[in-house]
Amino acid sequence: MRYIDEAALSDITVGSTILGSGGGGDPYVGKLLAREVIRKHGPVTLVDLDEVPDDAVVAFVAGIGAPGVLVEKLPREQDSVLALRELERHLGVTITHAAPAEAGGLNAVVPFAVASAKVPVVDADGMGRAFPATEMVTPTLHGALATPMALVDEHGNVVILKTPTNEWAERIARAVTVASGCHMVCAAYVMTGVQAKAWLVRGALSLAEKLGKELRTARAEHRSPVDAIVEAQNGVLLFEGKVTAVERRTDGGWTVGEAQLEGSGSFTDREMLLHFQNENLAAIRDGEVVATTPDLIMALSAESGEPIPAEEMRYGYRVAIIGMPCDEQWRTEAGLKLSGPRRFGYDMDFKPVEGEKAAACAQ
Amino acid sequence: MKLGIDVGGTNTDAVLLDGRTVISSAKSPTTADVIGGILASVQLATEGQDLSKVDAVLIGTTHFINAITQVRELTPVAVIRLTTPPQTLIPMVDWPGQTREALGNHTFVCHGGSQFDGSPLNPLDESGLKEIAARIGELGVEHIALSSVFSPVTPESEEQAAAVIREVLPHADISSSADIGRIGLLERENATILNACLRPLAKDVIDGFERVLSSLGISAPIFLSQNDGTMMGLAFARQFPIFTIASGPTNSMRGAAFLSGIEDGLVIDVGGTTSDIGMLHNGFPRESTIALSLGGVRSNFRMPDVLSLAIGGGTLVEDDGRRVGPTSVGYRLGSEALVFGGRTLTLTDIAVAAGVADIGDASAVAHLPKSTVQSALNNVRERLGAAVDRAKLSASDSPVIVVGGGSALLDELPGVSRLIRPDRAEVANAVGAAFAQVGGEVDRIFTLNGRTREQVLEEAYGQAFRRAVEAGADRDTIRAVDTEDVPLSHLPDGQALRVRVKVVGEMAQRSLQQEGALR
Repeated sequence: MRYIDEAALSDITVGSTILGSGGGGDPYVGKLLAREVIRKHGPVTLVDLDEVPDDAVVAFVAGIGAPGVLVEKLPREQDSVLALRELERHLGVTITHAAPAEAGGLNAVVPFAVASAKVPVVDADGMGRAFPATEMVTPTLHGALATPMALVDEHGNVVILKTPTNEWAERIARAVTVASGCHMVCAAYVMTGVQAKAWLVRGALSLAEKLGKELRTARAEHRSPVDAIVEAQNGVLLFEGKVTAVERRTDGGWTVGEAQLEGSGSFTDREMLLHFQNENLAAIRDGEVVATTPDLIMALSAESGEPIPAEEMRYGYRVAIIGMPCDEQWRTEAGLKLSGPRRFGYDMDFKPVEGEKAAACAQ
Repeated sequence: MKLGIDVGGTNTDAVLLDGRTVISSAKSPTTADVIGGILASVQLATEGQDLSKVDAVLIGTTHFINAITQVRELTPVAVIRLTTPPQTLIPMVDWPGQTREALGNHTFVCHGGSQFDGSPLNPLDESGLKEIAARIGELGVEHIALSSVFSPVTPESEEQAAAVIREVLPHADISSSADIGRIGLLERENATILNACLRPLAKDVIDGFERVLSSLGISAPIFLSQNDGTMMGLAFARQFPIFTIASGPTNSMRGAAFLSGIEDGLVIDVGGTTSDIGMLHNGFPRESTIALSLGGVRSNFRMPDVLSLAIGGGTLVEDDGRRVGPTSVGYRLGSEALVFGGRTLTLTDIAVAAGVADIGDASAVAHLPKSTVQSALNNVRERLGAAVDRAKLSASDSPVIVVGGGSALLDELPGVSRLIRPDRAEVANAVGAAFAQVGGEVDRIFTLNGRTREQVLEEAYGQAFRRAVEAGADRDTIRAVDTEDVPLSHLPDGQALRVRVKVVGEMAQRSLQQEGALR
C-alpha cells in the first residue's frame, strides 16, 4: 500500500496519456479532479493487487461519454461517489475497492474521486491502455458481466442497468449517456478480490507513474524523452518524422482516420500511415504492417516527448511513433477477437510489436 | 502610407511603409507610460514626412501580456460560472496563487449553461444570480467575468445572465466567455477572467495611443495586432485586450517573412533578453501543440511554436566571455551597458567591440580584450547554431532569417549556409504589425441533422467569411487558413461535429474609412 500525493499524481497523468495510445481524452481535467480530491482529503490510498483481500468487493469507476463534452461539463467528485453508492444500494453490498477501467487517458484517475469516501484505489485496470468501449476490458475475457451497472449524471439521474451481455451493456449505457448530455459516471464490473487478481492488468497506475517520471527526468537531464519512454517499457521506435496529412471522418460514432508521415533522421525517405479510431490502432511503414492493436501505438512529440492525442494530430507536427507490447491477456485468441485489428474493421492480422524490435536489432 | 509600431518590453519600434516598401524606421526605449516611447520612435521614423498621408496605424504590443506575467496593474474581478453547482473544479482552480489573489479570488457558480447541442443544461437560476450580483456589489467589484457550459454553441445562457446581473448592477463591466474563447470551459473562462482584469488598463493604454498619435497630427485609424496575425479596431481592442497577448512572436515572424521575401524557413528573433527561434511555413508561423500559458494561467489560445534561449542584447557577459547569460539587464540596457555609460558588460557591448554594431560610445569598449569578444561571440553562435539544428524539420539546409534588435550579433552560424539578415531586420516586429491581416473564425459544435459533413463545413466557412467581412476584410482576398473538423467521439453515428474554420484576408480600403468615421 502507498499514498498518491500531488507529485505522484502529476507523473501518473502524463504516463496515462502515453498509455492512452492517442485516445482516452485530455487528462488535464482528470488530473485537476484528482488533485482537488487530494488537496481536500489528503493523499489517495493505492493498494497493490496482491494486497486486495480475497473477499474484497472491487468495482470499476469510470467516466463514459464524449471526452469533448467533459472539457465543458467538468467532472465532479460527488458524481463518482454517487455512482459507487447507488451500485452498492442496488446490490446490498459494500464496495471495498475502486479500480480504473482503463489506465490510458483521464479514466486512469477518475476512481481517485471516490477516495473522498475513504475507498482505496487498486493499482490495476481492465485494459493496460485505453479502448473506446466498456466491454473491451479483461474481465470480459473471463466471462465477467459488466452489469449490474450504475450510471449517474450531474442532474441526479441514476440508471441501474442489467443486461445479458456486455455488448448490450455498452449499447444501452451509450444511449442513456447520449440522453443525459453525453457524459456520465458509471460503476460496474463488480468482482471479488480473487477475481480481480486473476482478471485485471497489474500495476497499471504504477506503470503510468513510471512512464511519467521517465519523461520528466529525461527532460531535466537533457536526455531524449522519446528514447527514455521506449526503454522504460520494452518499447520500439517505429518511426520518426513529420505529419504530412491527417484525415478524419465519422464512422459508427467514432473518430476514424489516418495520419500520413514523412520520415526524418534514421527514417529519412521512408513513410508511415497511422490508422486511428479514437486510439491509434495500426502503424504501416513503407506498406508493411509494423504494429497493430491491442499493442500500444503512441505518437510523441519528437522534441519534448509529450504524447499527442489522435484528435490533436495536425499537419506539420514532428512526431516519434512508438510501440509497446500490450498485456498478455489481449494476445490470446479471445483477447484478439475482442481487441485485435479485425474487431475495428481492419483486414490485417495482429503483429506483436517486439518482432519489430528484433528486426531492428538484426539490421 | 502605413505606420507600423511595435511596443516591446525593451524597445518601441516604428516603421513607415509606402505599399510594400519600407521608407524609414526607428527604435527608441520603451517608457513606463508607453506613450513616451511611441512619441520618440514615431517622431524619428517620420521626420520630414507628410503625416496626413498616413492612412492606417497598426500597433503590436506586449504590454498586456507583460502586465499578466508581472502581475501588475490588474483589476479585481468577480467570476460567475453558469453550470451545475456545486463544482469540484471551481473557477481559477489552477491559477498561480499570486495572480488569483491580485484579482481578489471572488468566484461563484450558478445553475445555467447548455448542452453540446445548444439545448439548456439547467434553467438559469435568476434569484440565485441576483443574490450573487448583490454580493459582488457589496464587495465593490465592478468587473465581472461570465462563463457558461457550451456557450460557444449558444451564448443564450450568458446573455440572459448578463441582463439579470445588470438589473442589480447597472454599471457592471461584463466580459462573456462566448465572445472570447473556444470549446474548453476552463481555458475559455481563464481567458475571460484575464480579459476582464485587463480592461481598465486597456482603456488607459489605448486612450494613450490615440492621444499620442493625434498629438503628432496623425488622424488615420488605429488598429492593434491580434494573436493570430490579424488586426482589430480600437473599440474592439478596448473590449478584448486579451486578443493581443500573443501577438509579439507572430509579428516578428511575419515581419521576417515580409522583409526577406522568404516564406519557408527558420526565424531567429534576437531581442533584449531572449532569442526566439520559430519556423515559417507559407509565410505564417508554425503553431505550438501545447496549450499557451499566460503567466501560469492555461488558455486555449495558440501561439507560434517558439524555442527561447536566454541570449539577447542585454544579456550579461562574464568570466572573460566564457559565460553568457542567462541574466539580462533587460530594459535598463540604455543605462547599464558599457557603451551607454553603464558598468555592466552585455552582449550589446560585445557587438560594438566586434564591430558588428554601431551604437552608443564605442570607446567605452575599446579596452576589451579580443579574446573576450571572440569567446562571447563563439558562445552565442554555437548555442544558437545548435538550437537551429534542433528546430529544423528536416536535415535539408533551410534558410535562416535573423531579425530583432540584437540581430547584428549573428553574421554567421555554424552549420547554416543561408543566413539572411534582411534590411530593417531590427524593426521586423513593427513591419509584421503593419502587415496584419483581417480574420474571421468559427469554432463550435454543429449537429448534423441529416446534413452531410461537407454541407456543415460550408456553413461554417460562410460564417467565418461573414465575420471576416464584418471585421473589415476585403472579400476578394479572403481564404481559409485553417479548417478542422472533429466528430464528437463516443456518440452515435454522425450526430455532432466540432468544426473550426479560420479565414483571413487583406484589410479593405473601405473598412479603413469606416473605422476612421467611427473615431
